[in-house]
Formats: sequence, C-alpha cells, structure tokens
Amino acid sequence: MMRAFRLSTDPLEPSSLSREVADRSSGGFVSFEGWVRDHHEGDAVDHLEYEAYPALCESAGAAIVEQAVERFGLRRAVAVHRTGPLSIGEIAVWVGVSSDHRKEAFDACEWIIDRIKHDLPIWKKEFLVDGGSRWVRCHACSTKAAA
Amino acid sequence: MIATTVWYSILRDEAGRDEEPWEIHGETAGHLYIRASARHSFSLPLERLRVAVNDAFTDMDHPLRDGDKVVFIAPVGGG
Repeated sequence: MMRAFRLSTDPLEPSSLSREVADRSSGGFVSFEGWVRDHHEGDAVDHLEYEAYPALCESAGAAIVEQAVERFGLRRAVAVHRTGPLSIGEIAVWVGVSSDHRKEAFDACEWIIDRIKHDLPIWKKEFLVDGGSRWVRCHACSTKAAA
Repeated sequence: MIATTVWYSILRDEAGRDEEPWEIHGETAGHLYIRASARHSFSLPLERLRVAVNDAFTDMDHPLRDGDKVVFIAPVGGG
C-alpha cells in the first residue's frame, strides 16, 4: 500500500495515481493537478524549484489526507507533491479522492489542496526569464503587505 | 547543551549553510531565532515564521533541550 501523502522527485503520472484511489464502492472521483505556469505577478517564469522539509511534510501531509477521509467520508484519497526543478507545464502537485457521491469528492479535493498549500513546509523558488530568481511569498516577506 | 538548526529555502540562502549547531542555555525556539537573525541578518521577522522541533510543529515558546533539531519555517508556497 502506497502512503497516502508523499513527495516525489519524479514526474507525476495521473493515470497511475488515479488507480490508487479506485474503489468499487465509489461513485465519484475528483482530482486536482497543480501545473507550473509561465508567469507570476506579471513576470515571465522560466522554471521552478520546489524544496520540502521531508520529515515534517510526510507526517503533516499524511495527517491532512487522513483528516479529509474522516471529515468527508471518503473511500480513498492520495496526494503527491513534486520536489526539485520543474519545467513549465509539469504537474507540481496531484490530489485525487474517491467517494460514494460527487459532492464530498469535490469538497474534499479542494480542502486537501488548500491545506497542502497553506500548511505544508514546501517552498517554491521561481526562476524568471529575465534571469532573476525569488522564493515565492518571501521576496517581500519583511513587509506586512506580503501577508 | 547543543541544538542544531536546519535551514530551508530563503533562510538557508541567507544563512549560507544547511545546518548550524548552537550552544544553548535553556532558551526558547524564538530566542534562538533572534540570535540566529543577529548572526545572519535574516530578512524575515520572527512573526512571519513557524517552527518545528524534532520534526513536529510547535510554538516559539518551546524550550530547547540538548540534541534538539530546530527548523524555522518561512512562509510556504507549495502547490
């Protein structure tokens, strides 16, 4: 049995990941893919690097998925986050859930990705086309406006 | 007593290293960040950070002990 939350340095394969949440009792499956886009705050982005604090990510990530299963009554849930360098168009994060009916699957998928983005110690560094680089949410961290 | 900070993301860039040992005398995690910030001129104020001790989230009032691993967590941006 694969862990319900994990980090990956390899590209994510939605077709194989979705099989991990397949369940004969589920009538609905919802997934979310976070993609690397080519722009941010008006700047052209060349590529990204994600860095994670692995030990805490894996325990806190597993807790998020377990809480979602409990809270929304899911049959299964899996979330995987990439680390390392990523190119434009790659999948940075994949979340998939299955449940008896669709509403809880939609709600749970959104809840999980929100928690991953807000709570897990994963940082994104943008490398811009013009050659600069910056940690997202940190380049203006010393000002309150960045909150 | 020695506690070790492990630096990630912008804090590692600003500290210029991955890990750092600190002689401690019963101070809290928050106090250690103030010391580290004085050494490395971190751009982030304490209020913008979270902290983990020995791979579990805790608060800045957490008293440090010998052998602790301390990670200060800059604002995150996964996904």
